[in-house]
Amino acid sequence: MINASLKELAGALAGKQISSVELTQLFLDRIARFNPEINAYITVDAEKSLAQARAADALIAAGKAGALTGIPIAQKDIFCAKGWRTTCGSKMLGNFTAPYNAHIVSQFDAAGAVNLGKTNMDEFAMGSSNETSYFGKVQNPWDRARVPGGSSGGSAAAVAARLAPAATGTDTGGSIRQPASLCGLSGLKPTYGVCSRYGMIAFASSLDQAGPMAKSAEDLALMMNVMAGFDERDSTSLQRDKEDYARDLNQPLKGLRIGLPREYFAEGLDAGVARVVQEAIDQYRKLGAETVEISLPNNALAIPVYYVLAPAEASSNLSRYDGVRYGHRASEYGDLLDMYCKSRAEGFGAEVKRRIMIGTYVLSAGYYDAYYLKAQQIRRLIAQDFEQAFRRCDVIMGPAAPGTAFKAGEKTDDPVAMYLEDLYTIAVNLAGLPGMSIPAGFSNGLPVGLQIIGNYFSEARMLGVGHQFQQVTDWHVQMPKGIE
Amino acid sequence: MQWEVVIGLETHVQLQTRTKIFSGASTAFGAAPNTQADAVSIALPGVLPVLNKEAVRCAIRFGLAIDAEIGRRSVFARKNYFYPDLPKGYQISQYELPVVGRGHLNILVGDAEKTVRITRAHLEEDAGKSVHEDFHGMSGIDLNRAGTPLLEIVTEPDMRSAAEAVAYARKLHELVQWIGICDGNMQEGSFRCDVNVSVRPVGSDKLGTRREIKNLNSFRFMQQAIEYETRWQIETLEDGGKIQQATVLFDPDTGETRAMRSKEEANDYRYFPDPDLLPLVISEADIEAVKAALPELPEAMQARFQSQYGLPAYDAGILTGSRGMADYFVAAVAAFGGEAKLVANWVMGSVAAKLNEAGLDVAASPVSPAQLAALLKRIADNTISGKMAKEVFEAMWAGEGEADAIIEKRGLKQVSDAGAIEKIVDEVLAANAAMVAEYKAGKEKAFNGLVGQCMKASKGQANPAQVNEILKKKLA
Repeated sequence: MINASLKELAGALAGKQISSVELTQLFLDRIARFNPEINAYITVDAEKSLAQARAADALIAAGKAGALTGIPIAQKDIFCAKGWRTTCGSKMLGNFTAPYNAHIVSQFDAAGAVNLGKTNMDEFAMGSSNETSYFGKVQNPWDRARVPGGSSGGSAAAVAARLAPAATGTDTGGSIRQPASLCGLSGLKPTYGVCSRYGMIAFASSLDQAGPMAKSAEDLALMMNVMAGFDERDSTSLQRDKEDYARDLNQPLKGLRIGLPREYFAEGLDAGVARVVQEAIDQYRKLGAETVEISLPNNALAIPVYYVLAPAEASSNLSRYDGVRYGHRASEYGDLLDMYCKSRAEGFGAEVKRRIMIGTYVLSAGYYDAYYLKAQQIRRLIAQDFEQAFRRCDVIMGPAAPGTAFKAGEKTDDPVAMYLEDLYTIAVNLAGLPGMSIPAGFSNGLPVGLQIIGNYFSEARMLGVGHQFQQVTDWHVQMPKGIE
Repeated sequence: MQWEVVIGLETHVQLQTRTKIFSGASTAFGAAPNTQADAVSIALPGVLPVLNKEAVRCAIRFGLAIDAEIGRRSVFARKNYFYPDLPKGYQISQYELPVVGRGHLNILVGDAEKTVRITRAHLEEDAGKSVHEDFHGMSGIDLNRAGTPLLEIVTEPDMRSAAEAVAYARKLHELVQWIGICDGNMQEGSFRCDVNVSVRPVGSDKLGTRREIKNLNSFRFMQQAIEYETRWQIETLEDGGKIQQATVLFDPDTGETRAMRSKEEANDYRYFPDPDLLPLVISEADIEAVKAALPELPEAMQARFQSQYGLPAYDAGILTGSRGMADYFVAAVAAFGGEAKLVANWVMGSVAAKLNEAGLDVAASPVSPAQLAALLKRIADNTISGKMAKEVFEAMWAGEGEADAIIEKRGLKQVSDAGAIEKIVDEVLAANAAMVAEYKAGKEKAFNGLVGQCMKASKGQANPAQVNEILKKKLA
């Protein structure tokens, strides 16, 4: 049961082989057993989860079940869930109980899914190893001494350790795809605007996008059917017809044109990862796809551009955490300024402070044109690179991360090394494109992800491309040892 | 040295929308603290702004009313600064690309007409309020007002006296109410003016260093503040001092302005486009829809009053001074059906005087346009004299009823019966032989005396024209 697909779980629930309460309890028990070490969850509330499970069982009994009714789903702790503590991985919100539901959470509620708990994450989604979380680092289930990636590291570890059948994540510069790669999962960052950001705590508004993390592409499709859709409460949400993300799962790959960016197979890529990715691409060729070499000439600028724009937006987005209305307030302070300074100094961790400072700097009078404005111009060039590329191919493939999971502490003192973890993912966010990572094999016993980048709104096709690969490979159903 | 003052205004006009500019919370004034602070108003984690379309329509309305360019693509930006009543740590405003571009407003100062150029008008959200009383050394924050839509209207430095600045502010105040985008309530902060004042030697084309007088909420204070500030700047310069750019506050108790903070310490607001909001795109159709619903504007109405009713420019200007006054006049003319000038005289005279005395808005006038028209009809048909009408109007104002009933009750009907008047004239001539002799000796003044005696004898009810006529005939 713990390794079952969402479809299989729905079947088991429908066939009364298991109830939602039993299934939820099964995962709650596993969380109780493994989470103290793995630390994938920040908040678990068995009573709340089981109440939802009972309601789901009633729906199932009444024959009103949808694809995810009764299935427990872990929520990244960046999504506000009514009545749940919602911390965003920060001491600043350590005492914050959300009084309302994020759109994504409402969608899962409406689908009858069970909220299994709130998963650990890098503080305010700023990090690539989950080590910036105020609530402690998360272990990679494949090697407990290693990081799960980030920022959606808790969601990745939870699904990899089978502490949840699937989870939500968010991806601002690679925060779904990189941890999916490091934990051997499938993860999708949709086109910007496909999933509402309402109730998703903002890091960098023009880049943040919610997406699913699960074992298979098929699971991702079922999750997307719940998560995607227009929401008038988010002005950047796109008004499009509802679509079935599972519609292209069985579409054959014959004639699929795969673009291989020269820049993704150059310096900086681990040899083991390169080998696994090449083997996966060979597999695609066997499935009838063609490959074509392409170029994304401005890719090298993606990281510097991102580290201007994302901190700029973050510095402003995080201004609301001032200790005045909610969140952490220093216990002792002099005047107003002192209250601000102490509350924020105590409430935020080092990486968040670093980015607030960078962002404040690049928006300052006299620097705005040289940094923010210039970065916006380059952002357009980066998007144009992809536009050019998609004239010659249907999807782009390459590594999702430059290496496999690294040891905890290995990169914490070197922010730039940490930032390079997103070398292949960040440009996708800057362009607003959909990107996915699927398990492609192992290097030295650690999972390696294959990144699939599609054109705008091609998620269904991308999921099909992933699903076809998963029909002939079994990387996505392999489990780490020690979690039985 | 001769000095010239140079003035520009920034006015914050609170838009009359039902809900806030970026959320569905109510904008009603006077609710208990924080009862109108929804998740967006208190900036909970994860909330997002959604633009209120009515606020945009208000801005377009204003743009059309001042003959301005409407920005087809305007951008909301974040103005970043920390303050406890600014919940997000930034204010959403428009910076580089405003919704309303260059326009103008014509003002009348004394007899002189003047055009004030408007640089721009942009949409933004209001902040909340910090409350410092009653909290034993702590401050309270009321976020009811946070997110209330504002239109900030900025002029060029076109005004050259306190009187011009006040005339502009009054005209703007009237206009925003006229087009229905603002309730104009200055006490409640619906219309707040910041005034930039600088002085320079007459003849100089270089602007002096300005100081900004913040948050003036009455025209009287504005006048006083500008006059004081102008004097202060001139004296400072004449004493060899320099003006530092600064923000100042006006203290109505002392009649003085004092510096709040100097601009050197001003924040760097780190403006950048708000990534939560798409650029505001306004189509030709949007503009046409607003235009179709726009009422006739004061200047157009003034011209029409002159041509349609044959009123002098002065009268037409006064009557279109406010929407309510114009509506009252039009309704009274329609009900009266006669000479519009007579209606104009009464509306600008007795009606305006009584309203002013009672501090009432014209909409609350105890005498309705139809009631006034009924009274004027009695003047027109010679039932009563103009003088009598004043008395009837007073009674109507006091709530004694309709004009006809009051005339009847008080027996004020004018006597136009030639026989009756002739009888009175005969009696007066008989009783005032001396006056008659004086008149016949060439003293014209004596004639007026005789008229007066006749009116007195008729208790004011005789038709004065007829008295004149008959008296002349008898004395001939």
